[in-house]
Amino acid sequence: MSEEPVGIVSYGAYVPRYRIAPAEIGVVWGTDGEAMGKGLGVFRKSVPAPDEDTITISTEALRQALARGRISPQSIGALYVGSESHPYAVKPTATVVAQAVGATPYLTAADFEFACKAGTAAIQTCMGLVKSRMITYGVAIGSDTSQGAPGDALEYSASAGGAAFIIGRERLLAEINATESFTTDTPDFWRREGQRYPSHGGRFTGEPAFFRHVGECGRRMMERMETSPKDYRHVVFHQPNGKFPQRMGKTMGFTEEQMRYGLVTPYLGNTYSGAALLGLANVLDHADPGDRILVVGYGSGAGSDAFDLTVTDRIHQFDRQGPRIQEFLDGGVPLSYAIYAKFRGKIHLGGS
Amino acid sequence: MTIARFWRETPQRYNLGASRCSSCGSAFFPPRVVCPVCPEHRRSLGKMEPLQLSGEGEVYSFTVVHDPAEGFEMQVPYVLALVKTREGPILTGQVVDVSPGDVHVGLRVQATFRKLREEGKSGVIHYGYKFAVAREEVREPVAPEGESVPEPRAEGPRPART
Repeated sequence: MSEEPVGIVSYGAYVPRYRIAPAEIGVVWGTDGEAMGKGLGVFRKSVPAPDEDTITISTEALRQALARGRISPQSIGALYVGSESHPYAVKPTATVVAQAVGATPYLTAADFEFACKAGTAAIQTCMGLVKSRMITYGVAIGSDTSQGAPGDALEYSASAGGAAFIIGRERLLAEINATESFTTDTPDFWRREGQRYPSHGGRFTGEPAFFRHVGECGRRMMERMETSPKDYRHVVFHQPNGKFPQRMGKTMGFTEEQMRYGLVTPYLGNTYSGAALLGLANVLDHADPGDRILVVGYGSGAGSDAFDLTVTDRIHQFDRQGPRIQEFLDGGVPLSYAIYAKFRGKIHLGGS
Repeated sequence: MTIARFWRETPQRYNLGASRCSSCGSAFFPPRVVCPVCPEHRRSLGKMEPLQLSGEGEVYSFTVVHDPAEGFEMQVPYVLALVKTREGPILTGQVVDVSPGDVHVGLRVQATFRKLREEGKSGVIHYGYKFAVAREEVREPVAPEGESVPEPRAEGPRPART
């Protein structure tokens, strides 16, 4: 391919320290939480501390990415944060993150929102800006601290975390060979303005939503690249729970071995905009030169973004300082539901 | 705190912006324009250089707060510490993500970016530095025996340890 390459120059991730198990949640609502967790394929989920939100998670992830890539924050030309839990309805998450990493003032910045795929949409935008030489480096972050309503099925999986990817032309860890999208108007999951918790269409979130969009987008990507599942060493799907991506992978012809590193939701919960990106970060933590990776994100509403990547020789020289994803999968401090409710603002003081 | 006052302090709160005297090498946080250490203070005028603290340090002294300041009710009990940074200045800040009983003088910590407080439900949210226990000090199994977190290895694909 004669085109100038574009790809991932560095990446970083952050997941809050606390965890809660489905069994602990189930006790409060009189349901078999353990069975619920098994049904979802979620064994624990991350919980943000009271002083953590999408801005702090994004900042920590990007600081790690900048340190690992030894990239000057002043060379960032664009910074986009994809999330459905931006702390402000009006005032960008991206400006705080840019200031906190020292990237201001000569950059463009904005917040993205497309349910769980806002982070992958940000990667596509950065690819365009980098390829057109408008910027040297673009930052795409997917990060969330989403919540499910107390007692709702979402409460067993909605968690917190995020990953930051620095997109550039040179010193690539992984070249992005191509990207593909599939978008329709499908009302499977939403949150109206002013509402605290999202609503969803129950089983409607499956076949016409997640499976149709991820399947179509992934297959179209492979058709365009003239590849088949066996050409990929790793595959990463959006992972609202542990079961959907495994079923999707099996349907498309991928093996458990190919999905092994890309599936992190069983141990972190659904980090929404961070989910597919944390899976990709874990794959890159384990990748070798020449590995081909297929990533298919998904956002309710609905759409999918797919990426076909090839890992470069630089991956072995990459300084993976700071915690790797495996530490987040293995680590954490278990919480009781009472402390979880306190941390997530479900307890109201003074009747307010 | 007014919006303008906090905004002026952003370089310090977000990025630990300090200053160093190029005559005697002393570092100051928040940054100073005159060195109070040099015998002839005036000689340091124009010689104070900007310095960004690394955020690495150790607990110099600490207290556990049970009677919180307004806005910190959900974090009780929390640890407020004096942290001696690698570069010298001693900063006051919360130590987060730690059980108060695990904090001790000399504990190595690293600055982290957190929400400091909110101006009510509709006001500005203030962000800045706090401290977390340094990675080399953390020893935590996710599911100590007897805890409710199920052992995940029995189900689903398991990423291998590196």
